[in-house]
Amino acid sequence: MKQWFKSGAPWIWLNGGAVALSMIMVFGLIGLIAVRGFGHFWPSDVAYIEINEPQADAPQVLIGELVRSQVIPAAVARDSGEQVPESVDLVTRHLLKLGNRDQTGQDFSWFLQLYMEPWEYPENIYVIERREWGNFYGQPVALLENGDVVATAEQADFFDQVQTRIERSLSIYDDIEDLEGGEISDINRTLERLRLDERGLAIREVPEEVASAERDRIAAERESLNNSYGVIRQELDALYDSTRRDTLRMRISDGREVDITLGTIVRVTAPNAMSGFDKPLQYVERLWEFMTDEPREANTEGGIFPAIFGTVTMVFVMSIIVTPFGILAAIYLREYAKQGLMTRIIRISVYNLAGVPSIVYGVFGLGFFVYFLGGSIDEMFYETSLPTPTFGTPGLFWASLTLALLTLPIVIVSTEEGLSRIPSTIRQGSLALGATKSETLWKVIVPLATPAMMTGLILAIARAAGEVAPLMLVGVVKLAPSLPVDGEFPFIHLDRKIMHLGFHIYDVGFQSPNVEAARPLVYATAMVLVMLIVILNLTAISIRNRLREKYRSASD
Amino acid sequence: MTDFRLPDLPSESASQRSLLPNAEQRKALRQKRARRDQYSRWGITASGFGVVIALLTIFVYLFYEVAPILKGATIEEDVQYSLSQTGLEDVEHLVLERYETLAIAYSPDGQVVVFDVANGAPEARFDVPKPEGSQFHSFFSAEAISATQVYGLDNGQAVVVRHGFDISFPNDQRQLTPKLEFPLGESAITIDDQGQPLKLISMETQTRGRNASAIAALTEDNRLLLASLTGRENLLTGQVQITRQVTELPAPPGGTGDISKLMVDKALRSLFALDEDGRVHYYDISNPAEARLVESVDVGGGNEVSASAFLVGGVSLIFGNDAGELSQWFLVRDDQNQYRLEEIRSFRSHKAAIREITPEYTRKGFIAVDADGQIGVHYGTSSRTLYLDSHADVPIEEMAISQINTRLLWLDQDNQLVSAELWNEHPQLSWAAMWNKVWYEGREDPEYIWQSSSATDEFESKFSLVPLSVGTLKAAFYAMLFAMPLAIAGAIYTAYFMTPKLRGVVKPSIEIMEALPTVILGFLAGLWLAPFVENELPAVFSFLILMPVVMILFAFAWSKLPTRWRLLVPEGWEAAALVPVILIFGTLCLQASPWMEVWFFGGSMRQWFTDIGINYDQRNALIVGIAMGFAVIPTIFSIAEDAVFTVPRHLTQGSLALGATRWQTMIGVVLPTASPGIFSAVMMGFGRAVGETMIVLMATGNSPVVNFNIFEGMRTLSANIAVELPETAVGSSHFRVLFLAALVLLALTFIVNTLAEIIRQRLRQRYSSL
Repeated sequence: MKQWFKSGAPWIWLNGGAVALSMIMVFGLIGLIAVRGFGHFWPSDVAYIEINEPQADAPQVLIGELVRSQVIPAAVARDSGEQVPESVDLVTRHLLKLGNRDQTGQDFSWFLQLYMEPWEYPENIYVIERREWGNFYGQPVALLENGDVVATAEQADFFDQVQTRIERSLSIYDDIEDLEGGEISDINRTLERLRLDERGLAIREVPEEVASAERDRIAAERESLNNSYGVIRQELDALYDSTRRDTLRMRISDGREVDITLGTIVRVTAPNAMSGFDKPLQYVERLWEFMTDEPREANTEGGIFPAIFGTVTMVFVMSIIVTPFGILAAIYLREYAKQGLMTRIIRISVYNLAGVPSIVYGVFGLGFFVYFLGGSIDEMFYETSLPTPTFGTPGLFWASLTLALLTLPIVIVSTEEGLSRIPSTIRQGSLALGATKSETLWKVIVPLATPAMMTGLILAIARAAGEVAPLMLVGVVKLAPSLPVDGEFPFIHLDRKIMHLGFHIYDVGFQSPNVEAARPLVYATAMVLVMLIVILNLTAISIRNRLREKYRSASD
Repeated sequence: MTDFRLPDLPSESASQRSLLPNAEQRKALRQKRARRDQYSRWGITASGFGVVIALLTIFVYLFYEVAPILKGATIEEDVQYSLSQTGLEDVEHLVLERYETLAIAYSPDGQVVVFDVANGAPEARFDVPKPEGSQFHSFFSAEAISATQVYGLDNGQAVVVRHGFDISFPNDQRQLTPKLEFPLGESAITIDDQGQPLKLISMETQTRGRNASAIAALTEDNRLLLASLTGRENLLTGQVQITRQVTELPAPPGGTGDISKLMVDKALRSLFALDEDGRVHYYDISNPAEARLVESVDVGGGNEVSASAFLVGGVSLIFGNDAGELSQWFLVRDDQNQYRLEEIRSFRSHKAAIREITPEYTRKGFIAVDADGQIGVHYGTSSRTLYLDSHADVPIEEMAISQINTRLLWLDQDNQLVSAELWNEHPQLSWAAMWNKVWYEGREDPEYIWQSSSATDEFESKFSLVPLSVGTLKAAFYAMLFAMPLAIAGAIYTAYFMTPKLRGVVKPSIEIMEALPTVILGFLAGLWLAPFVENELPAVFSFLILMPVVMILFAFAWSKLPTRWRLLVPEGWEAAALVPVILIFGTLCLQASPWMEVWFFGGSMRQWFTDIGINYDQRNALIVGIAMGFAVIPTIFSIAEDAVFTVPRHLTQGSLALGATRWQTMIGVVLPTASPGIFSAVMMGFGRAVGETMIVLMATGNSPVVNFNIFEGMRTLSANIAVELPETAVGSSHFRVLFLAALVLLALTFIVNTLAEIIRQRLRQRYSSL
């Protein structure tokens, strides 16, 4: 043994253990996110559980999904007021998602395995996703139209009837959204423009006759807008009324019957009755909805489309800014600057900026870009809408600009590395043939270094997509009312606030009132973000490796 | 003779038809190319400089935002006029209103004049009503923000008045209409039933809870009286009904004869009576019927206290004496739960007797004026004297400051009124206030506290950066504690012992690890790891402590296996062989965890910690250490791996050829050569840990505590910025402190990284020379 220690073998093993542990951590973490994130969309079976506690008169009935289970010492369970016999040391407890927040007030609860009867999975349990109050779990009783029963749960085609009627209410809902998002928001926008015109008259010095004509025009337009708003309002009211036509009567776990208006329902499923083919189908549908839908209920339900879209737009704008500057700066440092002490200092400083905490960039962005630059832009170009700031408040452009500054060192470092890898023979060859420096640069060197620049840009994008701390200060919000790109002139709205995947994770996971309900969604969002970043990074790594191989042969 | 002919020289026309460019075209082309070359050079140089300038701007701008903190106050006189402009001859008290256009002067004979600050022209005049035949005898102005003053009469009665302004906006112009109100009724209140003149008077009104006031008075025959008044407004008639209770207070040792000033605190719990020997007699009047003298304290240092005032909030007392010394005092609770008046701090001395002390309206600052005509701007919390300069040749008698602290109005002995602009934006901040222990109001001892804002105006901002800095270091320390062994050991193994095949998997994985957004690490740490660790404490600790032992045991057992088996895992694959070992051992720990809790910790390790007196927060430094360690590992790993890997081959080969084992070569040759690189890796990792925001934000409770307990949370500089910056007012002291925090972070990480980078470059040079 002593000999073995002397040889140093145990230390080598320990060092190996460190690598093993790190690898387990990386893959464990990605695996954890993937399992939790992907698992969220699987329509898991809903259990029907009876609990017979010795003291209780009647068994307690639960209907819900199992979230997770845990083994705990009995003492802990006793501390939390549970009845556990003295002879038991350890107990298993289950966290159940019971839904029905509007009925019972508690949609997640822990229950001890101890007194549970064997779990059953009756086929007639419905899971109802609603627009508010989260999921509903229960057994169907009847379907009502204007208060009259039109079908009962005993009928064989009951589930299909429910689905047909839900499709009807969903299509009405689409119409409502079209009206609200289209015509009504058009009217609002025009009204806002009129208001600004009116203010502009007050600020600019306009001859009186022009001003009064303007004012008349504004008043007339406003009048006609208000009229057409009234018409649309009536149409909307009628639509809203018709969504309330049908109701579904359900029985919940404690035996009460509850009526649910179909207009508030997003989807009804009966997971226990689903076949092995239906479940994957349902899974894909829900995953698709998650990726393409807007969030509901304070971001704890629904999709994350605005967050994905916001992240992509911001990163796109950032790339447009950072690419030329980063690449030109790198070319300057490598090809033009005199390689002396000064250049060395600059180079080290630039490299070090990659290590400066991102929050510092956020502080700078807020102070300099938003308050200083944005405030000046507002005073110059958006005087009419003051004191409401246009650019003098956090928004897409400032977020992109801040991130561009943050990722500048990454692009510079990567491009410089690419430039330095190009064998000097190639450069000399070009110069020897009589090409000028710029011709050599643009026609020979830069094309050769393009993959390195791509690598830098991809790494910059990956970094920007995952950065949250500075964005909290310069333009990302928990819920943006509209996307930064739409059909309205000038199509890309650089002043709008955006949603962001990373901030969405922080906000839903930590600022949400119902953390347990939000948790699966956070995992799913994290999964999307991790996938995005892992894919981007792997691309960058593979480009770089190919590049290295290529020049290894050229420089030898 | 053969016909010899020269070949035709190309004629003009032929050359035009030639495909080659002629001299002129060539010249043009050359010029064009040279121009392009120039443009390209300029363009690239410009953007190169642009980037450098942009990066410089970060530093410059942060400095620019922080710089005003260091500035003192300035006072610029703009107008001066005689008091006679206002129509008054003598003034007891001056007040400046919020918009700084009007001022109010109270005269000893009950006249209240509202006048224009710019020229002294009177705008309104009120006469304080008094009973027939009586005379005004004494005067006191209560806390400035209450706008309340009291006149004592020579018949033992008192009149309480309050000034105010109605604001209206006719034609979009602000118009202030002064008014005088009587919060305790227009008729005089009897304080002394014996009808003696009130020589001294003092009052204060409680603003929280019930509507109560207290008036303390000293009568001509030296009785010290305390009247407690409760006002109740009749809802129907609007008349104020006053319930009055008068008690006579015991005389202090030395009698009441030399009492020169009375002061009641705002909570109506204590009364301070100053005498001519510079002593303060502190009475506990929380129950007026049982009022008692608690102690007599010398606050003047042997000199007479010539001026005194409460700072806003009515907790701190400022005393100025004949020698020009200024000190701050407040009541501090001692071990026996008794309040004692303690000297908290002193300020820079004036050269002559202090004449008046004027507190600010919403901050713990005050203006002191003296008999030499000097004006001093001081601040309590930060013990700063921001300004001290002479503004008159004669004593300054009265001083008024506006509510927004931007204008002063004073009256000197020659009855000259001077209005001056004041700049005093950031008095709360000083080196001492940010980095030393500060004795805050209501605390028993000087402490380090970060508490930047609160709901009330009377709140004393506590801007100690110590808790945040300690929190930052604490988070970084635990992160490094976790990350350093793993990353360095891992780097050594990967660079030197691992087979290239495995290395091709490990290196990209580590890069992926580096790229993982910290928001995801933070969220997992806060929502998954923290509850997990709390539930499985025994498993976590046994895993952390026993894992190395298990690894070595496994390695030993492996070395004893028959060679045939051993060859299954060739050299360089040890890490892969350990993966299942770690997984199995981890699972075992988890399975055993509840049993360990039952056997050793009475059922719950969490509870056991509480029982032995260790505070346990769910989101604590352990969680941060693990999560941030995870973020830091790849930084350290990549650089350290690079340093070890690039150690020149001939060194190690030489060592091995001389018979050293692989490990001996590692310890004896590789590590000494690569150690500067590893050191710079650790520094880079530290730099990253110091600035990390999201992980600490999500994985700790963000409470600014000053300790290194692994089971408690912390608040770091960066998380503090993220939490507070979006909610502070632009340009406020709080805003600038947060910018300062950002600047500190920037400077710190920049220095650390630069050092690391320089070390690395040195190392590279050394390798190339070897």
